[in-house]
Amino acid sequence: MTEPLLSVRDLRVDFRLDDGAVLHAVRGVSFDVHANQTVALVGESGSGKSVSALAIMGLLPVSNASAVAGGVINYRDRDLLGLTPREMTALRGAEISMVFQEPMSSLNPVFSIGFQLIEVLKKHLGLGGKRARARAIELLHEVGIPDPHIRIDAYPYQLSGGQQQRVMIAMAIACEPRLLIADEPTTALDITIQKQILTLLSDLQKRRRMAMLFITHDLGLVAQVADQVIVMRDGEIREQGGVQKIFAAPQDSYTKALLACRPPLARRPMRLPVVEDFLSGLSATADTAERPRGLLGNEEIVLQVSRLAKNFRFRDGLLRKSEFAAVKNASFSLAKGKTLGLVGESGSGKTTLALTLLRLTPASGGTVLFNGRDLLALTPDEAMPLKRHIQIVFQNPYASLNPRFTAGQSLMEPMQVHGIGADGRARVDMALELLRKTGLPESAFFKYPHEFSGGQRQRIAIARCLTMKPDVLICDEAVSALDLSVQAQLLNLLQDLQDEFGMSYLFISHDLAVVKYMSDEVMVMKDGEIVEMAGADEIYANPRHPYTQQLLAAAPGADAVMKGQTV
Amino acid sequence: MSQSAASPGLWSLAWRRLRRDRVAMVSLAAVCAYLVVVVAAALGLLAADWAREAGVNYAPPAFTGAASSSTEIQTRQPPVVAAPDDTGIIDPLATTLAELRKSLAAAPAVAARAQTLPLGGDKWGRDVLKKVIKGAETSLVVGVIAALLAVCIGTVLGAYAGYHGGRMDDFFNWVYSVFTSIPYLLLVLAIAAVLNQKGTLTVILILGLTGWTGIFRLVRAEYLKHRTREYVLAADAIGASHTRRMFAHIFPNVSHVVLVQLSLHVVLFIKSEVILSFLGFGVGVDTVSWGSMLSEAQSELILGKWWQLATATAAMAVLVTAFSLFTDALRDALDPRLK
Repeated sequence: MTEPLLSVRDLRVDFRLDDGAVLHAVRGVSFDVHANQTVALVGESGSGKSVSALAIMGLLPVSNASAVAGGVINYRDRDLLGLTPREMTALRGAEISMVFQEPMSSLNPVFSIGFQLIEVLKKHLGLGGKRARARAIELLHEVGIPDPHIRIDAYPYQLSGGQQQRVMIAMAIACEPRLLIADEPTTALDITIQKQILTLLSDLQKRRRMAMLFITHDLGLVAQVADQVIVMRDGEIREQGGVQKIFAAPQDSYTKALLACRPPLARRPMRLPVVEDFLSGLSATADTAERPRGLLGNEEIVLQVSRLAKNFRFRDGLLRKSEFAAVKNASFSLAKGKTLGLVGESGSGKTTLALTLLRLTPASGGTVLFNGRDLLALTPDEAMPLKRHIQIVFQNPYASLNPRFTAGQSLMEPMQVHGIGADGRARVDMALELLRKTGLPESAFFKYPHEFSGGQRQRIAIARCLTMKPDVLICDEAVSALDLSVQAQLLNLLQDLQDEFGMSYLFISHDLAVVKYMSDEVMVMKDGEIVEMAGADEIYANPRHPYTQQLLAAAPGADAVMKGQTV
Repeated sequence: MSQSAASPGLWSLAWRRLRRDRVAMVSLAAVCAYLVVVVAAALGLLAADWAREAGVNYAPPAFTGAASSSTEIQTRQPPVVAAPDDTGIIDPLATTLAELRKSLAAAPAVAARAQTLPLGGDKWGRDVLKKVIKGAETSLVVGVIAALLAVCIGTVLGAYAGYHGGRMDDFFNWVYSVFTSIPYLLLVLAIAAVLNQKGTLTVILILGLTGWTGIFRLVRAEYLKHRTREYVLAADAIGASHTRRMFAHIFPNVSHVVLVQLSLHVVLFIKSEVILSFLGFGVGVDTVSWGSMLSEAQSELILGKWWQLATATAAMAVLVTAFSLFTDALRDALDPRLK
């Protein structure tokens, strides 16, 4: 084999923390990237994958991070760690360039995309005027922007998220770099768009014979793009090898765990394996029992929603007002102790639907029958005592807990508001019991949200809902912000709680595999409308609506996960 | 992970950050020293006799030495008045006056006036050091209470406007716009005219009722930002009332802004009190504040009596600087981005 383009040897990166302690974010990482090859760097949050990429780009925050002496990043016989900032700047963009996660915040909103693209061409290639503009149009064409000669004068807000990411990619490849680093380039995008961007990236890589370092948390994506895979955890490399080998015969227990804890589309185990099972060597004994799903037809209905609508009004001009229908005519019913999955892409109205059900945002029409009463017709005072019966777990565990409340205060508040529990003592006991039930230590009672990880915070949020013993729990992307391994734990927890308390779930997610695993029935939402609704197995086996078919086709790495299951 | 049951909250983390900041600790010590002096003055332990004419008129500071007698106004002796020749008329006060004269002659107070005072004396020979201590009490009380008043008004209005939005927000913004469009001095005059009396309370009300506008804007913006946060939605979902969401949930999360505004306004109002006193809307003649000292100083300076001006300025400058530095450090320590 030829000399590698990029060779990282024993890279160590330390962060100095606020209190003087040192965090070893990357601990002795070594890998090679050859020309015309895609290497995927896979790991969960805190694994050091992005920090490694920033070290290669020379973009580590100077104030508190440093690469430890002894490590080497060799790029075409030059040690990048030894370059001056000026030399590094010349290299960045021209030879090595990067695509970031958030296209919305990477583009400057006050300049047209053409201006930003031409600026790059002027600066690095010295192209001027008409030639730069012509080249920019070529680049936009290459990344698949329709009508590039018109779109070149568009501003970022006029483009969709996927198109913005395409523009970012055009900027990254403008100077024909030899190495493209893509840091979670599709994480912020919908799955159908994700698929397009992945295809674009791997086409570009092949056509331009670039090397690509693809960073992701999702092992499922890797199969589509990568030649080599590196699995990282806690700043160390757990396993690296060819993509076939990693998926077909993973050696490391952590890699095996990552492959297994993603809910499979093909089957539905009683409980999902979690990383701890694998690390403690229990992997071989993963249970094979299947969880029965689906409705029998004789279940008691707890929530009956019919013709629910939500319009947002906005002023359009001086006097004219326009309406935007976020939810149109949504009708469905939720059976006791069962889970109704709700799938859709961003902007489809999933969250608005949930908020309207809970009266968190006023509905524009329709009825929500709970215990024979129309929730939407009640006055705020009448609705207050009913609120405890329908609860919600939000997506972002970092935002849904009040940062100034201890976990204990968060749990006690709903009990105080609804007068649950005889006195303070009884409430404390109940809160401690729920903490234990959701898998948290009792000492969590006195701690503030910032002391917990994302998964632990989501457990607190779930425990807070349980204090009110709700009949219906709405999980609005409740596990989407979490790492795969944590996601598996929480899905198991939610399932255990449903088995114990007989709650009904409305499970909202963009992730088809997760929804399939959790749900008895699934509905698909697009542009505010429920386009298809059927039993969970039925809808995945025989999707009828074209949009459902499109979604299923774009599900990331479905085939790769299947391969993982054959081990 | 700490094992202690009472784990550090965000406030104690902020305190830890603050303690590492040397400038903050020095300025905090300076502010505390002022507070100790003010409390002592309020309890009558210090400078209780500030109004006593302890020195000669315009007694110079001790370190410059006594002034030459040429510039000194002679201490007044009771003039010996020859008995008027008004036969037949008996002065009904004659005996009383005679007694008064006798007792005045017996009292040594006038004779014991000092030639110099530690930091000099004012027009009536009152000790500038004692005045500045007693003045600190007035100035700080005015600064702190007026700032509390302004912050309360601004926070409550800002919370309602920002939290409810819509019509209520429009209404409060309208009030705000009208209020800020009136020239400041006109507003001060109007409030002074309505209250129609001079005194510490008037100054506090003038400053408090005119100073809330900036705080209103900031708090409103914070509430606008927070009311759509998920933790507030979650509080709504569990059935917490509007008031509870506004003040139990959101307020602790914006309180760092309010706290910083409070300390900024204390500084601002201490300076404003000086301006008001200078303009004649200040505290009454029976009270001393830094503002009234500076206002006296304008006529003294022409005579070359600089010490009252220098002392009051120095006292104010040190406090304001220390308070501002402390506020800066406080803002850094409470910055929620560090969460």
